[in-house]
Amino acid sequence: MSLLTIDKATKKFGGLTAVDGVSFSLEQGEILGLLGPNGSGKTTLINLISGALPMTSGDTRLNGVSLAGKRADQIAHAGVARTFQLVRILPSLSLMENVMITAVFGAKSHWGQAAKDTAMTALGRVGLADRATASAGSLTYIDQKRLELARALAAEPEVLLLDEWLAGLNPTELAQGIALIRELSQSGLTILMVEHIMEAVRALCPRVVVMNSGSLIADEATQSALNDPCVIAAYLGDSADA
Amino acid sequence: MKYVIYPVALALLAAVPFVASDYALGLLIGMVTYVTLASAWAMFSGPTHYVSLATVAFYGAGAYVVAMLNEVMAYPMILLITAGVGAAMALVVGLSTLRLAGVYFVIFSFGLAELIRQLITWYEINIYGTLGRYIFVDITARGIYWQMLALAAITIGLTAYINRSRLGLALRVIGDDEVVAAHSGIPLARMKLMAFVLSATILTLAGAIASPRWVYVEPAIVFNPTVSFLTVIMALFGGANRLWGPALGAIPLFLAFEYLSAHFPDVYPIFLGALFIGVVFLFPNGVLAGIEGLRRGKKEETA
Repeated sequence: MSLLTIDKATKKFGGLTAVDGVSFSLEQGEILGLLGPNGSGKTTLINLISGALPMTSGDTRLNGVSLAGKRADQIAHAGVARTFQLVRILPSLSLMENVMITAVFGAKSHWGQAAKDTAMTALGRVGLADRATASAGSLTYIDQKRLELARALAAEPEVLLLDEWLAGLNPTELAQGIALIRELSQSGLTILMVEHIMEAVRALCPRVVVMNSGSLIADEATQSALNDPCVIAAYLGDSADA
Repeated sequence: MKYVIYPVALALLAAVPFVASDYALGLLIGMVTYVTLASAWAMFSGPTHYVSLATVAFYGAGAYVVAMLNEVMAYPMILLITAGVGAAMALVVGLSTLRLAGVYFVIFSFGLAELIRQLITWYEINIYGTLGRYIFVDITARGIYWQMLALAAITIGLTAYINRSRLGLALRVIGDDEVVAAHSGIPLARMKLMAFVLSATILTLAGAIASPRWVYVEPAIVFNPTVSFLTVIMALFGGANRLWGPALGAIPLFLAFEYLSAHFPDVYPIFLGALFIGVVFLFPNGVLAGIEGLRRGKKEETA
């Protein structure tokens, strides 16, 4: 059985169908790229899986348990963690508190020292352990992204949803970011990542799914997907340089 | 050390009525009442940033429960019922409104006080027959002071406890970003509702405890919106996110308002307005945070 199954997920905003009957699944420990041009519905799909938006129809199943109709906090509790396309940190809390909340309110419901230990481990994995007591409002952009990832990791999730986590990084940071995600993947974490940076997709994801105008147009090995004529037409345009 | 200082301070405060004049005791009761109101208000509104102007809806309801029941049952029983009424009101209001965000919640909470005032007015005129009731409870001013002091201590103690609990952490996350809160596994509605009900129950009890001072009540007197505004401004002045902030804001402002309303009754609202503006501009996070900021600034200068 697949770990995470998306089954005919559909989201309509009035007359606009942003996600149109998308189905695919992730195996335990897999890292899958979710590609598509701007406005193709990738973030909406992530929002459907994480419960940020209710589905119009369809279902997602984690370990065979249906998540459709559940609230975001219930889905988080079930083991789905995410980062946001526009980074969201809690500026009035310390780094430790920012990260601790998912350990406290997530599936394991840690409290006290156990929650702090989980948060420190997560901060350590992203390289922020030495600044645990600093205020999150004072972080640079890359560190805010790291913090958000640490928060997702402290949930000790079954599935991690990354929404363009690598966007906006300079080349050095990008290389660090890719290495970090690879490390997470190798530790057995199942990851679904929306990404525009082809270098990262090639380096990290053996398999990708591609969306266009709300529909799934490809679900195959990364190399063949990137050579697929309909993917090239939809996503890369005529001057495909990727 | 804390465990010695707080009980001693509380005992000293409780002993004050033995040396204070009647006038001073009256002032003290008012002061402790506003310490309670501001602290209870901040229990919910401080961390979540849901600014509530419904304080007087609960405070007034508490007074009215006493007014309606003081001839038919014993006082301790009335207090129990008051707590139940406050919690039930908060539960209904909370379930229907805590989905509202920002300014909509502010307006709703303000409207709630007005709604309850009108409902009670309607009830009194059409069902009870007269507008206005008397409260005759066999309680001295000292008794009121001690009860209110106890309620203030419970409020601040409970806030301290919440701050260290999961609920406190959840409320602060909700105040910063509800989307992140939900995606971190925090059940938003339940957490907000719990804090709102706790806060409202205390506000309602404060109204019940203070009510014998009025002797005669009618809706226009009891549901005075100034109470809600004063509570907000006191909590913000001291710092709504700090345990002692609301109390430290309530004491000087209560004394200032007493002095101004006694000596300059006509221009007193102008001071109130000016103070509102001043607090928001100068101390957006409260005086305590402001002083800390200044100190830190100086330290950095010398370093």
